[in-house]
Amino acid sequence: MTTKELKQKSVEYRKKILKYIVKAKAGHTGGSLSCTDILNVLYNEVMNVSPENFTSPDRDRYIQSKGHTVEALFVVLADQGFFPEEDLETLCQYKSHYIGHPTRKVKGVEQNTGALGHGLPIAVGTALAGKLDQKNYKVYTLMGDGEMPEGSNWEAALTAAHYKLDNLCVIVDKNTLQITASTADVCNTDPLDEKWKSFGWAVKEVNGNDVDALKEVLQSLPFEEGKPSVLIAHTTKGKGVSYMENVLKWHHGVPTKDEYEQAIKELDESLLTI
Amino acid sequence: MAEQINTLPYKANLEVYSETLQRLAETDRNIIAVTSDSRGSGKLVPFGKKYPDQIIEVGIAEQNLVGVAAGLASCGKKVFATSPACFLTARALEQIKNDVAYSNNPVNVIGISAGVSYGALGSTHHSLHDFAALRAINNITVVAPADNWETAQAIELAANIDEPVYLRFGKKPMPLLKENNNEKFEFGKGRVIAEGNDVLIIGCGETVYPALEAVQILKEKGIAATVVSMHTIKPLDTALLARLASTCKAIVTVEEHSIYGGLGEACASYLLQHGICKPFKIVGIPDEYTVTGSQGEIFDHYGINKEGISKVVEALLK
Ligand SMILES: Cc1ncc(C[n+]2csc(CCOP(=O)(O)OP(=O)(O)O)c2C)c(N)n1
Ligand SMILES: [Mg+2]
Repeated sequence: MTTKELKQKSVEYRKKILKYIVKAKAGHTGGSLSCTDILNVLYNEVMNVSPENFTSPDRDRYIQSKGHTVEALFVVLADQGFFPEEDLETLCQYKSHYIGHPTRKVKGVEQNTGALGHGLPIAVGTALAGKLDQKNYKVYTLMGDGEMPEGSNWEAALTAAHYKLDNLCVIVDKNTLQITASTADVCNTDPLDEKWKSFGWAVKEVNGNDVDALKEVLQSLPFEEGKPSVLIAHTTKGKGVSYMENVLKWHHGVPTKDEYEQAIKELDESLLTI
Repeated sequence: MAEQINTLPYKANLEVYSETLQRLAETDRNIIAVTSDSRGSGKLVPFGKKYPDQIIEVGIAEQNLVGVAAGLASCGKKVFATSPACFLTARALEQIKNDVAYSNNPVNVIGISAGVSYGALGSTHHSLHDFAALRAINNITVVAPADNWETAQAIELAANIDEPVYLRFGKKPMPLLKENNNEKFEFGKGRVIAEGNDVLIIGCGETVYPALEAVQILKEKGIAATVVSMHTIKPLDTALLARLASTCKAIVTVEEHSIYGGLGEACASYLLQHGICKPFKIVGIPDEYTVTGSQGEIFDHYGINKEGISKVVEALLK
């Protein structure tokens, strides 16, 4: 896609994320909007995965460790043709398979996540299998910055470096907020790049809401031969909706009708300046 | 009866937990809440504002939370390790087993939004295994208060006993089960909420109220029911259980937990081993991929409501 098309896609995704969150009266709004551009670039530009090859052992794998922002994933998977978008009308409803976290009952979802700190170990196992079977697929996992303190992440980080898993890429959605407060105030993990480096990972940083920059950096994997890669993506929580940006309550806030209309208006207007 | 008590004011037990903790902290500087980005879900934001030195935040790291709590408790702090029940009793189970129970550090492990309170967030966020897991661990009392009164009493008691306790709450406002006439609350002592000779219904936590509601339906069908709030799952009030079970015609247990390993199996195991054999049915969440929905929808789906409980009773008495 051209830069313009990618940017338009992000706006389209953001509008749909909000639409289905409002419909479900539940969802993780801020963190879905912060990672929208990352998912857009991964699925449209970087990964080799589609409804057609989803059962192929050679496909690229995406494991969303920050499972709570499932709305972003579901909207992107629907757009990729994994299931009809109308299915999302049932999000979080009685008997629906579309629940508030990724589940494998939904086509396109690799792993059931939602408890933080689980994605990376599974991704490490998946990448290890790729090495053992001499496959060329890559494994991507998206993590939250608030998720960093879970110890399991760092256990898996050691394993990944030990086995030189350069087919593995972690993307940290560094939107600087979690539920209680800013990540710096809850449990400071800075300097984050130094931590990953000291664990044997190759680190790059990017503006995680810039599709061009994301495309360029994600097409340069592995960042270093023989090392797992981590991309620290600096993002804005609530990106694209003025009153949500960097505002704590939108972690799982659901817009009212008026707020929703205002958000859609802003997103539509942003299309004009692309 | 259920209609009358329904009119009394009520809140979520979680809310009562937070208020009680604040009240205790007013006069006790040793009360410490430990959280893992969970103070909002635990309704502890006002507590944190009022007593900033009495809340420790560890970030999203539940194993660390329980370990840190154990260390604090070993130094005389009255610790309330507060996080969603699903994470505490799964991810941090080894810390509960070794650092709290085995090492006898008197931590109060507070499992918030327990059972299927998180509804459509799915199985990662449900705790339907916590009674089973903790019943199999020595030296921890396992409690699921049913109403606001039991909750306040349980928190106060937990703060002042020097033993590991696990308490779990939901998010739903819970009506008072009965008006309270200077009743004494003790861990390990069930409360008789309604009395009747035909059937014994035993619940805990948020399932006691629907059991009480079922009493009315059953009454209309000529069936008299006893309802017990068995708030302490371990140690079980076996004296009360044996006494009531001996005189009834059938027994039904109701819990917001897997039908495996929880309140129902605890009762069944005791009764069978003591020669008290009556028609018996465990109502709970069956061993299957849990249906999607709100807590209420999940309850209805599995018959954890007055109609469902009444039906089970009728079938047993047939
Ligand atoms: C093990 C575990 N603990 C707690 C939670 C509850 N929880 C869901 S989202 C969240 C905050 C996540 O913050 P962050 O990782 O920064 O995500 P983002 O800002 O991208 O939404 C918490 C504590 C969880 N899902 N899993
Ligand atoms: Mg964050």
